[in-house]
Amino acid sequence: MPAPLLVPALVAVAFLVLPLAGLLIRAPWSGLGKALSGSDATQALVLSVWTASVSTAISLVIGTPLAWVLARTSFPGQRLLRALVTLPLVLPPVVGGVALLLAFSRVGLVGRYLDYWFGLTIPFTPLAVVMAETFVAMPFLIITVEGALRSADQGFEEAAATLGARRMTVFRRVTVPMIAPSLGAGAVLCWARALGEFGATITFAGSFPGQTETMPIAVYYALENDPNAAIALSLVLLLVSVVVLVSLRDRWLRRGPVL
Amino acid sequence: MRRFAVIAAGLAVVAMAGCSSSGSPSSSSTNTPSKSAATGTITVFAASSLMGSFTKLGQQFDAAHPGDTVKFSFGPSSGLATEITSGAPADVFASASPKNMATVVSAGDASNPQDFAKNIAEIAVPPSNPGHVASVTDLAKSSVKVALCQPQVPCGKVAAEVFKNAGITVKPVTLQPDVKSTLSQVELGNVDAGVVYVTDVLAAGAKVKGIVIPASDNASTLYPIAAISKGNNLSIAQQFVAYVLSPAGQQVLTAAGFEKP
Repeated sequence: MPAPLLVPALVAVAFLVLPLAGLLIRAPWSGLGKALSGSDATQALVLSVWTASVSTAISLVIGTPLAWVLARTSFPGQRLLRALVTLPLVLPPVVGGVALLLAFSRVGLVGRYLDYWFGLTIPFTPLAVVMAETFVAMPFLIITVEGALRSADQGFEEAAATLGARRMTVFRRVTVPMIAPSLGAGAVLCWARALGEFGATITFAGSFPGQTETMPIAVYYALENDPNAAIALSLVLLLVSVVVLVSLRDRWLRRGPVL
Repeated sequence: MRRFAVIAAGLAVVAMAGCSSSGSPSSSSTNTPSKSAATGTITVFAASSLMGSFTKLGQQFDAAHPGDTVKFSFGPSSGLATEITSGAPADVFASASPKNMATVVSAGDASNPQDFAKNIAEIAVPPSNPGHVASVTDLAKSSVKVALCQPQVPCGKVAAEVFKNAGITVKPVTLQPDVKSTLSQVELGNVDAGVVYVTDVLAAGAKVKGIVIPASDNASTLYPIAAISKGNNLSIAQQFVAYVLSPAGQQVLTAAGFEKP
């Protein structure tokens, strides 16, 4: 291996691995249980897991059809639409939070009518957390599924259609099973991104234990208060991430590349 | 595949840029410490309630000390204290609570803090006062949406003390990271009320309306300041501390609504 490639590669590895090592070394292993129970950790974890799961479910239900529209149809402005839809991927999440606030806050574009007509205030509720997470995470599912749809062999769908299957039947019985691994991978990516969401959530949903204080926000505040609890909470998130990664690897290894 | 790699690289760059701009309050000041006194730049870590008055003090100090530059990192005192004890490049720490200063002093990062100001709490409501808040007891109503600071942040502690004095229990809808973000929630009209400092209501001008808390219920916090001993420009740091305590400095603080300690 040539040194000009090997040395920077090793630097990159060290850079990526050292912080994780730091987390593991500094972890208060003996007092881990105490550190976790001493904070609002369980509440935050439960909130994070269910909001991320709901966000993923919403993304699957509305994001998969959108991926199909982007991959299988063509119409004027489609490129622009794709750019708009994937914008949250590159947009700083805080900006997404500000945008959500301007649309859905009590004095926002849409929010004022929700408040006026239904007395519904979205910010500071778990619903706001779900919305922030969906906004940031759904594009991960969309691009994963769209990529799979584009690379899938359309011959099967055409065969089904020539045999008399309606378009919805083709979608349900042929397309979805064919891209199932990518749906799974996209959902896992989406879930992981939603679980880690911080910027849009704290901006749009605020922070209150049990209501809107998700794991990443709890970690951030715990660092000011009780660094050991912050490290313990971070370990939990690290563990979840490793599980996510392993589940993805498994799919990739068994079914071949899907991304 | 190559195109994908290019896109991925682009995403990585954007993501890094995003991280650096949305990081902790001190991220703008994490430059390498220079030992030369010639540059004369100090970084002051100050409670976010000091944003307006310290920015002005910094400009006056810069004008009075040609060649010296004061940079600021504003944030919650509790967070700033954590940053300083973990080695953030601060030269001066101005805290909104003696407790957070004590954290820094006991870590050996500062000594001899001096109180330079006092601040009392006030309720801020949007100009139209949608929650019809007239007194501190109105904050206990379930129909009134209240924003408070996190309990470990000085403004959160002061608010808790006010509620204790008034004998009420307030269930806020959000606990904000610092006093300025609590004020923003009021300014944006997201909440009906927020408990902030007198100085914040004054600085916000017409954007919020202040509801004065009676002295019998009110609570205050002291602001200590100290030079950070491992800072790279101790003499300028000490000069800045002296300037804050000087009549000129005190005048700026009084004009902003702070009381004498």
